[in-house]
Amino acid sequence: MKILVGYKRVVDFNVRIQVKPDGTGVVTDGVKLSANPFDDIALEEALRLREKGIATEVIVATIGPADCQAHLRNGLAMGANRAIHVVTNDAIQPLTAARALLKLIEKEQPQILILGKQAIDDDCNQTGQMLAALWNRPQATFASKVEVTGNAARVTREVDAGLETIEVDLPAVITTDLRLNEPRFIKLPDIMKAKSKPLETIEFASLGVESGDHLKTTNYAPPAKRSKGVMVKDAAELVAALKTKGLL
Amino acid sequence: MAKILIIAEHLNGKLNSSTARCVTCAREIKPDAIDVLVLSDAPDSIAAGAAKIDGVSKVLTIANAANAHSLAAVFAPQIAAVAKNGYTHVLAPSTTFGKDLAPRVAALLGVAQVSDAMKAIDAHTFQRPIYAGNAIITVQAPADQVLVATVRTASYPAAANGANAAPVEAVNVNVELPSHTRFIELAQASSDRPDLQSARRVVSGGRGVGSKENFAIIFALADKLGAAVGASRAAVDAGYVPSDLQVGQTGKIIAPELYMAIGISGAIQHLTGIKDAGTIVAINKDGEAPIFEVANIGLVGDLFKLIPELEQALN
Repeated sequence: MKILVGYKRVVDFNVRIQVKPDGTGVVTDGVKLSANPFDDIALEEALRLREKGIATEVIVATIGPADCQAHLRNGLAMGANRAIHVVTNDAIQPLTAARALLKLIEKEQPQILILGKQAIDDDCNQTGQMLAALWNRPQATFASKVEVTGNAARVTREVDAGLETIEVDLPAVITTDLRLNEPRFIKLPDIMKAKSKPLETIEFASLGVESGDHLKTTNYAPPAKRSKGVMVKDAAELVAALKTKGLL
Repeated sequence: MAKILIIAEHLNGKLNSSTARCVTCAREIKPDAIDVLVLSDAPDSIAAGAAKIDGVSKVLTIANAANAHSLAAVFAPQIAAVAKNGYTHVLAPSTTFGKDLAPRVAALLGVAQVSDAMKAIDAHTFQRPIYAGNAIITVQAPADQVLVATVRTASYPAAANGANAAPVEAVNVNVELPSHTRFIELAQASSDRPDLQSARRVVSGGRGVGSKENFAIIFALADKLGAAVGASRAAVDAGYVPSDLQVGQTGKIIAPELYMAIGISGAIQHLTGIKDAGTIVAINKDGEAPIFEVANIGLVGDLFKLIPELEQALN
């Protein structure tokens, strides 16, 4: 069984995002870039399924500019067998990403496609669901536990009401939540090994994907600031302050 | 000529208040009609609830045994079919229900989706947060396509309930439903406490609480205040409380009147979940913790000493 992992590069979660003063975007020059944390969890889950003997091959795929190769090498160092780089300088939107991933699915015929439930840059939380719809296959989003048996997967999902378990026939799309696993650290020898693993590059235009980038972003603004509050010195003062505000 | 379709969220025969919040968002667009669609095996009582929400023009129901559980793969083709009956917008709440479902509908319709709409500028232009709320973007969708959006429920109060009596209509859709996705079970923590997403008061604990056992003091304080209980990701990851209590970028986004953050340092990912709270109270032993930058009222000290004192003062 092949598993394809959607592996996006984003601004590192520790970077404090600044909006450009002219409102045309956020400052990304010189900031640290890393794998989307949810996609690292997706890759880790795929690797564990391979280690259990359920999967035979794990492929990491990304869509992004030429310098995403180093990012894919990280995925290979973590343990993926090979990588696919769909090259484009455009910041594509989820519907387009889903259409492009579907092309990779048609080519690779994976039984499972795993990706993060959302990317921490655009926070869209769409690509996996859109891909499942276009593929006409099941989706198991926000996974916190995945068990594959035969031609189906039992997936426990983190939903607002608690933990929901569903069963999906394979092939299927799974999107990961935070507590599915803890991704492994990359070891130095693995970085060396990753250099010789296959990395295929495909020009985005050659996929023949119709653009789904229908949304136009017209402005970027910093969030409204909350006004500076007051400090109280003990519990009694806190209760008094809450009473003044009419909250007790 | 906007005509809006809102997908009702419900569980165990009860309409979720997220639906009435979507109605408020829909009204901001000033449409000609706001219809609510209820998919269920037994939609009648849910539909009756939705019909009472102010601003709702009509409630549509699709009763089908296959709709007994909210499976996106089963719901989406039915919603896409209804949406094609002249609707300009399809709205769903930005809860796990809507986040799972709406993109599947959008893809079936071949359109993009606006996630977490927090303000409608006009019928096709919305503000939404990105980078965990560190930037707010204005996005414009094409006017010649159905606009699918999830509504950031914390940004909208629930539309009032009671004065309306919208007609309820059963609709038939002729679409094939997949059998490749099956519901197995929902493990729900049973609790008499208010629901975290709609509670007026929330008491949250973080890593500073220290253990699952210690979390009892958070629950006790919440009960004293009639509040729901929340937690930071650190507390959930440490196993102090279940994941459905997590507040933040990847957990629940809430807007209670009173939010008490106890032993929570205030990582940006947590703050994004509470920025619409009315009053934020922070109790933390570290006076430099970032939570104090957003708190309306701050108290520095040992929570194990302060919480019992606070309970006393509340008596």
